[in-house]
Amino acid sequence: MSGREKFYWLMGGVLTLLVMASLAGAWLRARAATDGTRAVVANLNSRIRAWWAMAAIFAVAFLAGPIATLVLFGCMSFFALREFVTLTPTKPADHVPLFLSFFVLIPLQYALIGYDWYGLFAILIPVYAFLILPAVAALAGDPDRYLERTAKIQWAIMVTVYCVSHTPALLLLRIPGYEGQNALLIFFLLLVAQMSDVLQYVFGKLLGRTPLAPTISPSKTVEGLVGGGLAATAVGGAMYWITPFSPLQALAMAFVIVVMGFLGGLTLSAVKRSLGVKDWGAMIEGHGGMLDRVDSLSFAAPIFFHLTRYFF
Amino acid sequence: MRPLAAMLCGVMRTLVGAHAHWQEAPTPARSIYFANHTSHMDTLAIWAALGPGLRVHTRPVAARDYWERGGLRRYVARRVLNVVFVERHREGRDADPLAPLAAALDEGSSLILFPEGTRGAGPLPAAFRSGLYNLAVRFPAVPLVPVYLENMHRAMPKGTFVPIPVICTVRFGAPLTRCADEAREAFLERARAAVVALA
Repeated sequence: MSGREKFYWLMGGVLTLLVMASLAGAWLRARAATDGTRAVVANLNSRIRAWWAMAAIFAVAFLAGPIATLVLFGCMSFFALREFVTLTPTKPADHVPLFLSFFVLIPLQYALIGYDWYGLFAILIPVYAFLILPAVAALAGDPDRYLERTAKIQWAIMVTVYCVSHTPALLLLRIPGYEGQNALLIFFLLLVAQMSDVLQYVFGKLLGRTPLAPTISPSKTVEGLVGGGLAATAVGGAMYWITPFSPLQALAMAFVIVVMGFLGGLTLSAVKRSLGVKDWGAMIEGHGGMLDRVDSLSFAAPIFFHLTRYFF
Repeated sequence: MRPLAAMLCGVMRTLVGAHAHWQEAPTPARSIYFANHTSHMDTLAIWAALGPGLRVHTRPVAARDYWERGGLRRYVARRVLNVVFVERHREGRDADPLAPLAAALDEGSSLILFPEGTRGAGPLPAAFRSGLYNLAVRFPAVPLVPVYLENMHRAMPKGTFVPIPVICTVRFGAPLTRCADEAREAFLERARAAVVALA
């Protein structure tokens, strides 16, 4: 099967899933009896509507080619960083470093993928941005909470730009026998990471009893994590035919994505709590902000990228 | 100029969100929106947040010396925002500095007004100048809508020339009117408190 054909099979599968989810949502809405269930079902239905929109945006970006994909992920980084900065107590002395982060670093980081320059892509933010942005902030001459401010900005850029950019960076990899199909690897990563989120949510709502980290993320339960995580790993294993992996390797990769995705959600929840909020924003109805959607991806993408680069 | 207006609104949405948060349902009636003033983008932020329905008959009040500088800025002020110009410096003024505002209200327009008269450094507004009071006396039937611009002082602080993206919510409060015989100072302080209460 060619890459194109696999892509159409995938889109058919996603479409079927979404239609089924919408039908199930409508059925649940008709059955909801109490105010509590109605609220849960309403939240579920707005999540499903947002899924439709996200799937449509991704399908168009993949069909339009690598540049559209880079622009799409660049926009995701932009909006995620905007949410992070909004909640971070910055001062006017951070104005220039923040301007550079949004309007120089983000375009440059994604352009480097487009130019196929892996060496600079890998160190632009951990080396150059890490040294230069704090220096620019120091030149502004405000020592008040300086380390705290620069550390938070550095964290924000690492998570929202560096980590997220490793998803489209999968296009950079040269895997023998898999030429021209790298977009499918992006799809594999997104599918497993998002299915893991959805299935953990569903399993948690159905079976959740034991809170996992009540002080950090009250909605996460052991049952949700185990049930949803294993189910998402199985989904990933079943998708081996779109990847360069064997079934067993695909299962292992999916497991890594699930674990890292979980850790990403948990870690960024801790960041959120320490900034004193529940959601990063209100951009995507039912889901909170952009960063609430990409938190798991931001941790899964770099690890998935490096394992694939190293072993294949 | 509709394409340019749509583009400006798109830029505002991308940079600062500028999403409206109404405490009471907005009415299409002629109103005076008054807000705290911390950045050069404040006018555009409120204008974008109002939405197309209210925007068409709302005119921002702004200083002539700022908006008449530069060709593009003048074009936007005159053709897109339909700004009501006021003179900040005494020498340019005619007898009644509020005459252009009164004329705009008389023709049925709503106004966007920054009663501090200048940009402040912090999030909360400084003392209001008398303009709002004089308008309230002259147009007792026009509701005065307090507006709080959240975070705009971070998007483009005083002394900077480029904006950074930060989510800014535009909060519209419950309209107020001047009570009978309310003195200037008391009214202005109450109006300012209404903006601060939205913070």
